[in-house]
Amino acid sequence: MHRFSLGTLIAGAVLGEHRAQPQWRSPPPKSAYAAVIVGGGGHGLGTAYYLAKEHGVRDVAVLEKGWIGGGNTGRNTTIIRSNYLQQESAAIYEHALRLWEGLARELNYNVMFSQRGVLMLAHNDHDVHSLKRHVYANRLNGIDNEWLTPQEAKAICPPLNIAPTVRYPVVGAALQRRGGVARHDAVAWGYARAADAMGVDIIENCEVLGFMRDPRGAVAGLETSRGPIRAARVGIVAAGHTSVVLARAGLKLPLESFPLQALVSEPVKPVFPSVVMSNTIHAYISQSDKGELVIGAGTDQYISYSQQGGLHIAAHTLAAICELFPQFSRLRMLRNWGGIVDVTPDRSPIIGLTPIPGLYVNCGWGTGGFKATPGSAHVFAHTIATGEPHSIAAPFAIDRFSTGRLIDEAAAAAVAH
Amino acid sequence: MLLIPCPYCGPRPEIEFRCGGEAHIARPQDPAKVDDAAWGDYLFLRTNPKGVHAERWVHTHGCRRWFNALRDTLSDRILATHAVGERRPDPPR
Repeated sequence: MHRFSLGTLIAGAVLGEHRAQPQWRSPPPKSAYAAVIVGGGGHGLGTAYYLAKEHGVRDVAVLEKGWIGGGNTGRNTTIIRSNYLQQESAAIYEHALRLWEGLARELNYNVMFSQRGVLMLAHNDHDVHSLKRHVYANRLNGIDNEWLTPQEAKAICPPLNIAPTVRYPVVGAALQRRGGVARHDAVAWGYARAADAMGVDIIENCEVLGFMRDPRGAVAGLETSRGPIRAARVGIVAAGHTSVVLARAGLKLPLESFPLQALVSEPVKPVFPSVVMSNTIHAYISQSDKGELVIGAGTDQYISYSQQGGLHIAAHTLAAICELFPQFSRLRMLRNWGGIVDVTPDRSPIIGLTPIPGLYVNCGWGTGGFKATPGSAHVFAHTIATGEPHSIAAPFAIDRFSTGRLIDEAAAAAVAH
Repeated sequence: MLLIPCPYCGPRPEIEFRCGGEAHIARPQDPAKVDDAAWGDYLFLRTNPKGVHAERWVHTHGCRRWFNALRDTLSDRILATHAVGERRPDPPR
C-alpha cells in the first residue's frame, strides 16, 4: 500500500495529481474464500478490514451489488455520537466512537473526523426530562454529555434562534462534545484501501442470487451474478436490502425497509460550527467542509425500496430548520435524495448468528448506522472469526424478539418513529 | 406524496392517511397456547418484500375507515385498494 504522509502530500501538490494511483485492486472473484462479506458499505468493508487485521482471516471477499459506498454509506448525514440511553446501545456506540477517534491514523487515510459537538434541543417539559435522563444515563456509562441552557446552546451554535416567541422555543439542550461528523465516502474508501492492502478482494457489480448449502444445511457458498463463490462463512451486511438477500436463503427477520431522505443546500461560508438535532420538531443539520448545509429529513410511513421519499417529508424538516435558523430561509437546496434503511421493531440493530450455520448477519441499523460503522464492523468481524458473538454484540442477537429482551431505542435518531 | 384511492372516498393525498403496515397478519387464536417464538413472529416478523406488498391504511382525515392496498414497493405505485374483508385482488401484471 502506498502510504500517505506529509511528504507525499507536498509531492502531490508540486508534481500534480496525475501521479494518483488506484487505491485498491479490482480483481475477478476467486472460486472460493475463507469468508465472504455481502455488502460493500462502511460496515461491510470495515468487517473485512478487522477480519484481516485482528483475526488473521485474509482470504476474504467483499461482494457489492453496485459500487462500494454507493448505498447508505454515501447517502447519510454523517453525524457521529454515542449518547444513547440503554446500556447495550451506549456500549456499542461508544465502542464505535473510540475507534472513530483513532480511525484516520489507523487507516492512514483522512476520514475528516471532526468532533465539533452534537447539540440535541429540548422544546418542552417532556424533552427536558428525556434529554436530562440521557445525560445522567450517559455519565453513569462514562460517556460525555452535558445539559445546557438556551443561552449556552446559542454560544455553542450562534445561528440558533432561542427567542421565546417561536412556535417551539428552545428551552434547553444536551451537548455531546465528542460527537461530530466525518467524511462518509472517505470511510468507505479508507477501509477498502486498508483491507485490500491485506489481501481482501473487493468485488463490485456482483449481486448475490442464491445460497449454496452443504448436506448439514450449513452455508457452503453463494451463487452470484459473477459466478459461484464457495465460502464456509458468509456475513450479510446489506442494510436496507437485507430482507431481499436473506429471502434467497429462506430466512425472514423482523425488518422493515423505509426511504430516509437527506438534502444539501448550496455551499456557503462557514456559518454553522456544530451539529444540531431536534427530535421534537424533527430537524438535524450540520455544515460540510465544502460549505453545504447537510440536512436530514425523516422516513416515509410505508415500506419502500424506491430510494426516494415524499416531498412533504423534506418540506416538514425544512419548515423546522427555517424556524430554528431563520437566516437559512433563503438558501436554495441543491440536492435531495433517499436511502433505504432497515428498521427493527426496537430500533436497535441485529448482530450475530442466524439459524443457518456459517451465516452471520449485521443489519437493522435503521436511521443511525453511519455513526456505528467502526464499532459495528469490529464486533461483527469478531463474531464471524470466532463463531461466537462479541460481548458487546451479544445483546443484539436475533433471539431477543422471542425472549422479549428488546433494546428500546426509539430515540435513536431525530426521526419520528 | 402518494395519491391513494380510498375505496370509500376516492383518490386523496397521502397526508390524509396513516399506513398500518403489512396486512393479513392473523393474531393467534389462543395466545397462551403458542410458544415464545411463534408469538414473537406474530408481533415482529414482516415480509418486507421488494415488489408487491399487501398493507393496511386508514383514512384518518377522511372517512376514518381502514382498508387494504396492494402496492409495489419498488415503484410505490398502488395497484389496488379494497375494503377489509373483501378478497384480496390479484395484482395486475
